[in-house]
Amino acid sequence: MAYAAGVDVGSTQTKAIIINEASEIVGRSLIDTGANVVAAAENAYNEALKNSNIQEEEVEYVIGTGYGRYRVTFGNTQVTEISCHARGASHMFPNTKTVLDMGGQDTKAIRVNPRGEVLDFCMNDKCAAGTGRFLGAAAAALDIPLSELGNVAMQSERPVKISTTCTVFAESEVLSWLGKGKKIEDILWGVHLSIASRSVGLLRRVGIEEELTFTGGVTKNPGVIKALEQAIGFKLNISPDSHYIGALGAALFAFDHIVASRAPSSIKEAA
Amino acid sequence: MPEDKKVDIVGRGNVEGANLFRDWFAELGEAAKNDQGAAYVFVMGSMAEILKVFDFPLVLPEITSLQTAVRRVADEYLTVAEDYGYSPDICGYVKADIGIHLRNREHPMGKIPKPALTVLTNACNTYVKWAEIWERMYNIPVFVLDVPATRQAGKQFQLGSADFTRDCKYVEAQIRELIALCEKVSGKKFDIDRLRETMAYANDMNIGWKRVLELNKSRPSLFNALTDGTVYLGVSNNFRGTKEGSQYFKNLVEEMEYKAAHGIGTQTDEKYRLAFVGVPCYPIFRRFNEMFAEWGGAFVHSTYLHFASGGANMGFEYDVSRPIESLAEGTLISVREAMDNMFHQDRVLIEMVKDYELDGVIYHPIKSCRTVSTGLADGRRAMMAATDTPSLFIESDMMDKRVVSEAQMKNRADAFFEGLASRRLTAAKTA
Repeated sequence: MAYAAGVDVGSTQTKAIIINEASEIVGRSLIDTGANVVAAAENAYNEALKNSNIQEEEVEYVIGTGYGRYRVTFGNTQVTEISCHARGASHMFPNTKTVLDMGGQDTKAIRVNPRGEVLDFCMNDKCAAGTGRFLGAAAAALDIPLSELGNVAMQSERPVKISTTCTVFAESEVLSWLGKGKKIEDILWGVHLSIASRSVGLLRRVGIEEELTFTGGVTKNPGVIKALEQAIGFKLNISPDSHYIGALGAALFAFDHIVASRAPSSIKEAA
Repeated sequence: MPEDKKVDIVGRGNVEGANLFRDWFAELGEAAKNDQGAAYVFVMGSMAEILKVFDFPLVLPEITSLQTAVRRVADEYLTVAEDYGYSPDICGYVKADIGIHLRNREHPMGKIPKPALTVLTNACNTYVKWAEIWERMYNIPVFVLDVPATRQAGKQFQLGSADFTRDCKYVEAQIRELIALCEKVSGKKFDIDRLRETMAYANDMNIGWKRVLELNKSRPSLFNALTDGTVYLGVSNNFRGTKEGSQYFKNLVEEMEYKAAHGIGTQTDEKYRLAFVGVPCYPIFRRFNEMFAEWGGAFVHSTYLHFASGGANMGFEYDVSRPIESLAEGTLISVREAMDNMFHQDRVLIEMVKDYELDGVIYHPIKSCRTVSTGLADGRRAMMAATDTPSLFIESDMMDKRVVSEAQMKNRADAFFEGLASRRLTAAKTA
């Protein structure tokens, strides 16, 4: 049995996935990236090996992805997170036409073909507006754990209008609404609507088509899911493994390399 | 052809281009030393054919500004202008130029003479406001040439129609006013035979430019449209209507024909043929190209080589037997062409994709020029719908490295090429 692995080194968290020849996930891990990116990649990979109960020697190919992909020093090669999220999302939800990946520091809108290949993509530029970091800033300002943010927000009855999407200014705007006596849940729902609006703007640039698969760490926030579904008017594809989709895509690409190494030479040359 | 001929000819365009740039700055430096005023003009409708008749040295501030970025000192000039009060959000070329003037016209390549007059067209929204700054600084005349029927996506009146003739008359009348102004400012009498001469040189350059661009349909491509092309473009603008410019383009055509005949390409191992749309990323000019070359991406064409040449790509040939009328026709046709290539670039790109066998198109909208960037997203959508050609949209700037994020740009370029590679692999599997 051959195995392949993908290690997605994100700005906030590092994810590792190991798949078998049937492209099934056999091991996974998720850790905080922290300051030592090389160690984060190694630790995540080792955790995933342990989780899958397989030995490192059994993994034939490893691909690094995410902003720290070049720090996956034990990997065989690197693939961008854009391609990996597209591939992973299409694998998990084969009817995917659009992917929205919301991570700690960037948000990506990707249009894909039925093979999971990227047709077009768009990302936030030089600014963390509309990313997970925006939610983090709001959570910090209101002293609410990130994991509870969405559920609190969804209790809102009269959301406020958050005018800024700037992560730096978010805190001061949140505090100014608090000063005006607004309820925490109304402020938070305003934050969620703001981030959804920003994401839909990105999605429109590549074209919004069903099915839309939502990936990345922010998929754990039910408030963002609800706000996005309200904004686009249909249900999003989400899986408990949505956070791992980038790493999954990397693992699938890694398996391609294993298969290609056994393929006829004409296809190898084209690759 | 003997081997020594190859050594002489391959790469000659870049060597001669660099030499001509030094000559240009030497001329400007000499004019500055003698306190001689220059004609400040722009790349889209420079009217060099007229101005050269009066021996005005030409300053092209778009080019002097971009050179500060290529030489990695633009930030010094931008900061001077911003400290003076100009907004970070306005045109980077304008701000770098203001910085040059506020530093007593000291440029990294030499001293620039003061303006004696400025001539501009309505091709760019910013030109007139830019010229008004020099007007206030130096109390010089500003001549605005209003070119009608621009930005009409190929629906302009065509040569031979009554409407076109009326538009030409309008431009011709303005050219006659410009001649009168030049006589007044220079103190020299207009010499129509010298105009015939500058127009004949411009003809050689137009014909050469068109031919050079066409020759890059070759496989492998003969020159890099982004890096080499910008050198050729600089000569096309700075030496328009001159003997040196004429000879340069004759030599360049000879070089490209030689390379085509001998299958000599660029340094890039050409795996993907690309077109570039917009204005280059001058703060990381070479590195930007490398991000694509590393993947085997070769820029074989660029809309920049159309619009920033003032429409010289049309190859319009003046009829020197009726110079002023023909100059009006050529100006009208070329500037309209430049405008269409900037504002309706999807039209020309659809043709480029086919003619140059493109694998992808790179759109580069820039923060400090909304004129050239607005509409690129829509143009891109139209191009992709019409040709099913992959494209990449990366935003940065032409001048301001504060808004150029190299790592993010590389990430996007890498993702783009992964997509191209995947497409090619799928095609190989299904073949």
